[in-house]
Amino acid sequence: MLNLETAAAPHRLRRVAIEPVSRVEGHGKVTILLDQENRVHQVRLHIVEFRGFEIFIEGRPYWEVPVAVQRLCGICPVSHLLAATKAMDVIAGFGPLTPTAEKLRRLLHYGQIVQSHALHFFHLSSPDLLLGFESEVAKRNIVGVAAAFPDLARQGVMTRKFGQEVIRHVAGKRIHGTGIIPGGVNKALSVEDRDTMRSGVDQIVEWSKEAVGLVVKLHETSPEFYRTFGEARANMMGLVDARGAPDFYDGGLRARDADGGPIFDHVDPASYKSLLQEDVKNWTYMKFPHIKALGAEKGWYRVGPLARVQVCDVLPTPLAEAERRKFLAAGDGKPLHGALMYHWARMIEMLLAAELARGLLDDPDIVGTDLMADKGPRREEAVGVIEAPRGTLFHHYRVNDDDLVAYCNLIVSTTNNNQAMNESIRAVAQRFLSGREVTEGLLNHIEVAIRAYDPCLSCATHALGEMPLEVDLFDAEGALVSRLRKG
Amino acid sequence: MDNEFTIDEQPVPFVPGQTILEAAKAAGYYIPHLCFQPDFKRHGGCKLCTVLVNGRTQTACTHKAAVGQEVDVNTPELNAMRRSLVQMLFIEGNHFCPACEKSGACQLQALGYEYEMMSPHFVELYPHREVDATHPDVMIDFNRCILCELCVRASRDVDHKEIFAVAGRGLDAKLIINSPTGKLGDSAFAVADRAAQVCPVGAIVIKRVGFATAIGDRPYDREPISAEAESCELPEVR
Repeated sequence: MLNLETAAAPHRLRRVAIEPVSRVEGHGKVTILLDQENRVHQVRLHIVEFRGFEIFIEGRPYWEVPVAVQRLCGICPVSHLLAATKAMDVIAGFGPLTPTAEKLRRLLHYGQIVQSHALHFFHLSSPDLLLGFESEVAKRNIVGVAAAFPDLARQGVMTRKFGQEVIRHVAGKRIHGTGIIPGGVNKALSVEDRDTMRSGVDQIVEWSKEAVGLVVKLHETSPEFYRTFGEARANMMGLVDARGAPDFYDGGLRARDADGGPIFDHVDPASYKSLLQEDVKNWTYMKFPHIKALGAEKGWYRVGPLARVQVCDVLPTPLAEAERRKFLAAGDGKPLHGALMYHWARMIEMLLAAELARGLLDDPDIVGTDLMADKGPRREEAVGVIEAPRGTLFHHYRVNDDDLVAYCNLIVSTTNNNQAMNESIRAVAQRFLSGREVTEGLLNHIEVAIRAYDPCLSCATHALGEMPLEVDLFDAEGALVSRLRKG
Repeated sequence: MDNEFTIDEQPVPFVPGQTILEAAKAAGYYIPHLCFQPDFKRHGGCKLCTVLVNGRTQTACTHKAAVGQEVDVNTPELNAMRRSLVQMLFIEGNHFCPACEKSGACQLQALGYEYEMMSPHFVELYPHREVDATHPDVMIDFNRCILCELCVRASRDVDHKEIFAVAGRGLDAKLIINSPTGKLGDSAFAVADRAAQVCPVGAIVIKRVGFATAIGDRPYDREPISAEAESCELPEVR
């Protein structure tokens, strides 16, 4: 049993709940069990909403799936659109994408990384970091940040807007566009739209660099605190290209252990089921994946910015790579596992995505008109994997002879981080809450650790029919009358 | 004054034998409809084209134009009724526009926008309906069928195959397929059939081409459904 996951005698303990967890996407709650001396015995992050996309996508035609599954989320729907379409490229029988189609997909993806990372840092997390974890709760929000740091807030809003405009130009809408279809894309990028984006991207690169600088400054105010807050030593996983650079759109799976040692490398993501296993627990709708070979106790891992900048060997753009080296120096050559280090890594990635987008906007292929790949025979099964803003995202489908989906399995970025998030909040609870009078500000420390992962809780809940359920019926005196158990 | 009537007090010429709807279209006046197509026998089923003829309700797609008729089309009461009809069509089926490949080219959706449908208003019935994807080239999603019978008429009168019929009454009415198994794949249906091209919603769709048209290029992205008034041709509905 993992430390602080399940108390030995929960009925004797006092329960404190943070519900809902705020400034994250989706609905979750945290429960903490304390004894009479306020010592922490149990901490759990529960996902209390249920989406069930894996089930209701069954029986739908495969070409509808990418557009349908992106409705999982309003923050990074592009991730689901791309992952599902990558799978459907294969199932529909298409060969390699045309250069223009792949570059447009990448541009779209980099645009969403910019907007998602900007949203998370400026809108959701900067209130804690800039105003203080225990600052006045009524002002601890983006409006409070805008009042105290108007120029910074404006940069955040405008950076996000740029990313959204990239999405609109490529996919047709800022949210839930349909530009990406099996085999390619359905619309060429006009020269006029390209020029509009090109005229703005230099500023976004500059602001992203400044955002990294801001996180570094915050870190320098208390390096030890930032390095160790919510620290959870975890394995790390991400997609890398042949050079060992992170690849947001494609690549092979690489995992390293908490000390940076290799676990696996350049593995075809289609074989994810041989690498990873998902467990379910009866207190949350979110599954618990782990590296199969290491087992549930030791095999859980971290994905997303903090993992990606540390499993890679290099970043492919000069400004971002320079910032990554500074980041690594903060760990004295050892991987960093503090939850707040996510923010630093995330802003490096925002800079990386902005630079990558700039490179594509300078590429003549981006306004090409050869949009669709050649088509061959249809296939039955495929896995589409990308690096979403929050981490590695798996979409696995089987499609029957009638073109209808017969099986769907999604391992969403946030799901990969389930155990790591739980471990981080346990570390925070143990360090900051245990033995103290619980206050709103102290409870916000828990939320700060969760927010650092930028979880998308609504994306991550699909374990329909798999979660073991137990219903106990007690009489008025508390005696167990009957018990129903499933799973 | 020969061969002329009025729509909303404006004079409209007609050719003897024309319906009010046909004369209105020829004159560039929009009267909404879902089950009408000029190539097929008039049906009068959807009731969207209900107008007042000398104060009495009539379906414009079946009622012949006549000299001196005073026809009311665009009144608040009639438009409110049309909105309710559209809302009832939405709640009787399972119409989820966000993931529907017909979005932007769907006449039901376009009429929802035309009549400012801001909510379903009525309680959704969420009926249990199947998807028939047994045909190699065409799929029927019964969730989206509005029983306009355009496919019935196209298959019977143009394709001469009689693939489709409507069975049952009221809420139990449903589209059925003329094949030994009741499945489209076991019927004589072909993708080139006219019946494969006439569905005004996303019920009968050609396989594997969904979402090929970009947002902004779909028919009702460019102009509202009421802009079709001057032509009897419906927009490309794919």
